[in-house]
Amino acid sequence: MEEGHVLSHSVQQSAAAYAIIHDKFGDAVTAFDANETMPFFEVLNTAVWPEIALFMRDNPKLKFNYMACLSGVDYQSEDKVGIVCNLESLGQLNHKIAVKVKCARTGGSIPSVAGVWHTANWHEREAYDLFGMLFSSHPDMRRILCPDDWEGHPLLKDYKVQESYHGIKVPY
Amino acid sequence: MQELDIAGMGSVRVTRKGNNVVILEKDLQTEQMVLAMGPQHPSTHGVLKLECLTDGEVVTHAEPYLGYLHRCFEKCCENVDYPAIVPYTDRLDYLAGMNSEFAYAITVEKLLDVEIPRRVEFIRVIVAELNRIASHLVAIGTYGIDLGAFTPFLFCFRDREIILSLLEWASGARMLYNYIWVGGLAYDVPADFSKRVMEFVTYFRPKTVELYKLLTENEIFVKRTRGIGIMPADVAINYGWSGPMLRGSGVKWDLRRNDPYSVYPELDFEVPVPDGKVSDIGDCLSRHLVRALEMDESLKIIEQCIDKMPSAEGFNARSAVPKRVRPKAGEVYGRAENPRGELGFYIQSDGKSTKPLRCKARSSCFVNLSAMKDLSKGQLIPDLVAIIGSIDIVLGEVDR
Repeated sequence: MEEGHVLSHSVQQSAAAYAIIHDKFGDAVTAFDANETMPFFEVLNTAVWPEIALFMRDNPKLKFNYMACLSGVDYQSEDKVGIVCNLESLGQLNHKIAVKVKCARTGGSIPSVAGVWHTANWHEREAYDLFGMLFSSHPDMRRILCPDDWEGHPLLKDYKVQESYHGIKVPY
Repeated sequence: MQELDIAGMGSVRVTRKGNNVVILEKDLQTEQMVLAMGPQHPSTHGVLKLECLTDGEVVTHAEPYLGYLHRCFEKCCENVDYPAIVPYTDRLDYLAGMNSEFAYAITVEKLLDVEIPRRVEFIRVIVAELNRIASHLVAIGTYGIDLGAFTPFLFCFRDREIILSLLEWASGARMLYNYIWVGGLAYDVPADFSKRVMEFVTYFRPKTVELYKLLTENEIFVKRTRGIGIMPADVAINYGWSGPMLRGSGVKWDLRRNDPYSVYPELDFEVPVPDGKVSDIGDCLSRHLVRALEMDESLKIIEQCIDKMPSAEGFNARSAVPKRVRPKAGEVYGRAENPRGELGFYIQSDGKSTKPLRCKARSSCFVNLSAMKDLSKGQLIPDLVAIIGSIDIVLGEVDR
């Protein structure tokens, strides 16, 4: 951030919300990335993520009651996969924020927040289906878009499609 | 009362009522039946499988199975340039192609440094609102026909044909337009477009009244939809509902007002939210009402846009379209108010490539449908049809 760079009002509001979270959770979260397009912070201690999520939803100064989106992302260069959650306070306080949580690319897992926002239920299933990270204590952890017996997780950058599926040739 | 031995049921207690023998219900040996509704089914609005566990005609558990129309949108996006993704976004919610392209274009433009010409903004809003009306006509018409009302379906599709010809005149295609490009439009609208659109608006206004009287006020329709599938407002928000679904539960939230984009801040329109007089707040009839009333608001928006739109003198629709779309490094989550709710795009760009690193489509129908399992507990099978129709899904967007 250069000297004299003024943050827009919405980024300032997100920063204020982050300050409250940082106050409570300290080192479990990274510093706030106050960029104009999608201000976010990352959760470093993934075991605390459901607690942070509950705090973000229920704290009267935060009230992030609406999860707009939970996308899986492949960070191939860091050998990690992760999720990006876009949260918003709908109809309550006028702020939004994004949260990133990462885990190991093979065999990694992130605790599920399906109990905090029901939106996360299907979005986490989709992230598992397409990226392979498991969500621990998810009520219904199975594939959603691909068939149940599909091999591999398609949206990984090094994904090679399987040769055949039930006798049908897959690559075309 | 006496004991009877009935084959297949064992020994049951019965009473006689006139000529009939009535079996006391608690003696009936019942078991739950697995009923697969779909993926081929006229009322599931696409290839959706609902595996229902039914106790007689009461559904105890309805599990949606998706993926029958999964076409790997997100993987394809990583292999093509940003402008080439526009036809893919058309095919997400194919009934509201203009709105889907709009959402995508405004998201990518957040990462670019372009100034969109004013006339482009107004044309985008006009075609998006026309497409919103067309999409709601399909939603209302097919909802009626799911519940047995055949005539409104034909009335809706007759009026939708006019909109589709207008959009074909502007963009070249009836349904999958590839018209709203990143940075502008593919072409300017034809010379007499404003005149024809105004003619449509004047023609269509009395039709919404007719449709309201024919379907929305119809006693049978109200009986089939009132009080069914009630979703309280805070649960709806927790499920991530948006658009007419959320407004049907009483929450006044419209992205055109609450997170405005394009020229919507300059336009004057109402956001209809049912007040519980005609329907119960949060039930299927409320959601239908929101769609029916929204069409009138879209007509208002179109009229204002035609009024305010700058002239076509010296106008080039592609003037701000970059030769190479190379957004700056970063990520953005952009969204627009689609007829079915909030269509969002999470786009991650590395600043050097002309292809996105990640382009996720946050689909409104996917999120709206996720509540199906809880909404359908304890409903009758015909009410299940009413609930699916009121969610108004398009499987192209659910599965991507």
